[in-house]
Amino acid sequence: MNNIVVMPMIIPLLTGIILIFLRSHVILQRVLGMLSIIAMTGVSIYILKRIQLDGILRIDFGGWLPPYGITFVADSFAMLLVLTTSIVTGILLIYAFSSIGKEHEKLFFYPFVFFLITGVNGSFLTGDLFNLFVCFEVMLLSSYVLITLGGRKIQLVESIKYVVINILSSWFFLLAIAYLYGAVGTLNMAHLSVRIAEVGQDPLLTVISLVFLLVFSLKSGLLLYYWLPGSYSAPPTAVTALFGALLTKVGIYAMFRVFTLIFYHDINVTHTIIGIMAVLTLVGGSIGALAYKDIRQIAVYNIVIAVGFILVGLAVSTEAAFQGSIYYLIHDMIIKALLFLLVGTMFYLTGTAKIEKMSGLIRNYPLLGWLFFITMISLTGIPPLSGFIGKLYIGQGTVETGSYILLVIGFMSSIIVLYSLLRIFLNCFWGETIISEEDEVPLKKGMLIPCVLFGILTITLGLGAEGLSTFVQDAAHTLMNPEVYIEAVLNSNQ
Amino acid sequence: METLITILAGVLVTVAVYLLLSRNLIRVILGTAILSHAVHLLIMTMGGLKKGSVPLLGEHAEKYTDALPQALILTAIVISFAVTAFLLVLAYRTYKETGSDDLDTLRGFKNE
Repeated sequence: MNNIVVMPMIIPLLTGIILIFLRSHVILQRVLGMLSIIAMTGVSIYILKRIQLDGILRIDFGGWLPPYGITFVADSFAMLLVLTTSIVTGILLIYAFSSIGKEHEKLFFYPFVFFLITGVNGSFLTGDLFNLFVCFEVMLLSSYVLITLGGRKIQLVESIKYVVINILSSWFFLLAIAYLYGAVGTLNMAHLSVRIAEVGQDPLLTVISLVFLLVFSLKSGLLLYYWLPGSYSAPPTAVTALFGALLTKVGIYAMFRVFTLIFYHDINVTHTIIGIMAVLTLVGGSIGALAYKDIRQIAVYNIVIAVGFILVGLAVSTEAAFQGSIYYLIHDMIIKALLFLLVGTMFYLTGTAKIEKMSGLIRNYPLLGWLFFITMISLTGIPPLSGFIGKLYIGQGTVETGSYILLVIGFMSSIIVLYSLLRIFLNCFWGETIISEEDEVPLKKGMLIPCVLFGILTITLGLGAEGLSTFVQDAAHTLMNPEVYIEAVLNSNQ
Repeated sequence: METLITILAGVLVTVAVYLLLSRNLIRVILGTAILSHAVHLLIMTMGGLKKGSVPLLGEHAEKYTDALPQALILTAIVISFAVTAFLLVLAYRTYKETGSDDLDTLRGFKNE
């Protein structure tokens, strides 16, 4: 029947388990890993196409009909993110092949990447709030391992902070789930939405929704991002890129789901708070991006700015703004992966992360320089690259609702992004070449190819946004009209 | 009974917060463990304590206790067990590498 819906979660899980047994066969691990990614991508495209024909798909585990059993629900929003996750992970794995090192590969690096993807895809697909918690934990436990793998001093010290802050936010998640269950007696998201619509969102429920907001802002780095810069600059490049591209996005997804499907009645309180937090995040991220001279820190603060910008779309809550946020989420997953790969590669080539110690790299590595240039203008949102369309729609949404403060701060942040990256570009790539040809560290093909692939991806996503628009419109339509989702989940004769 | 359990959960949270705020790494880890116990108690209380007979075992009772919170707690216990185990190993490795379990000496970047 609709068993295919569970495939994006089952494929990486099984791959991860199989790869554990192939510990010493590194080549086999790589081949199997890539095959699994290709299968995941294929399945995601198939499901995405089927949603357009048959509407939202769901699978009830064990035949227990909702709201009693656990359901997986695949709508366009979730599947677009699942698809992007598969593609981004695939390209990052190619980078890992040549950069991560034999030791990591033999210490179960690939299995844990796949367990991470299991958690990420599970979080996107699940239709049950407690199951969302479980999938978050699957993802977080793998990320704990990936962040400490290698065991360098800085990784260990930074990961303690990362682990403890995440345990705390998971605790708040359980707390919110407990209160919500006590208040309305269900945990199926669609059923929750129906019940809350029936009894009305009283102040008690609004407070519970704010606890959820706290949880997801800790996970996504909305305002509560103080743990992010330290822990994201400790692990190896491929891992940082994976985290930067995927982890914060899962928090953002959960926030969109919860505040468009369940708690959408008291917009004056919840969405205003989200708006204020988004503005503060944009400002804080901009200050961080300007303050540091370490290229890794600048890149990390660019994540923070993007989180703020995407949530401007949620704060204004119009269909255009949702479309913009979805485009921008997809764009950001790709471009942040590229940015971290480039920054990591620069660190590998020069052995330093300080911008004043690098100069004239474009003479040594021209292609790398031009890729950085593409990344920069794509992040700023210059057409025809992929950042433009998302910014356009979010801007349109803010104008429609008259939220001019959000509009101004949002677009000011684009200029800060441009400036912070231009600073890297001018200092590191232009100027006098200080690395002579004999001292030049050769740039491995395996490192350059993934960057080129991401570069091509951001250009095609920009030029081919038209091809994606049917899916994005459908996704935004579902977010805007929760009854579409509810009807698909609670309708028992599917 | 519900009130008592809620107060107990509150006391546990207080203890856990005190432990979390200390400088010793092992105390912090114990704090997270106690914190999770507190929330498990809360979930159980939220579902309502024993309101009827045991669910699933028979079909003849008038009322049944809600089984869902227990299933949730079971899952949450397993997860918190795994996380605590991981954190203990991490603390041990950190102690071996740095020779310290004092969070004050572990903080910050060296070269800033």
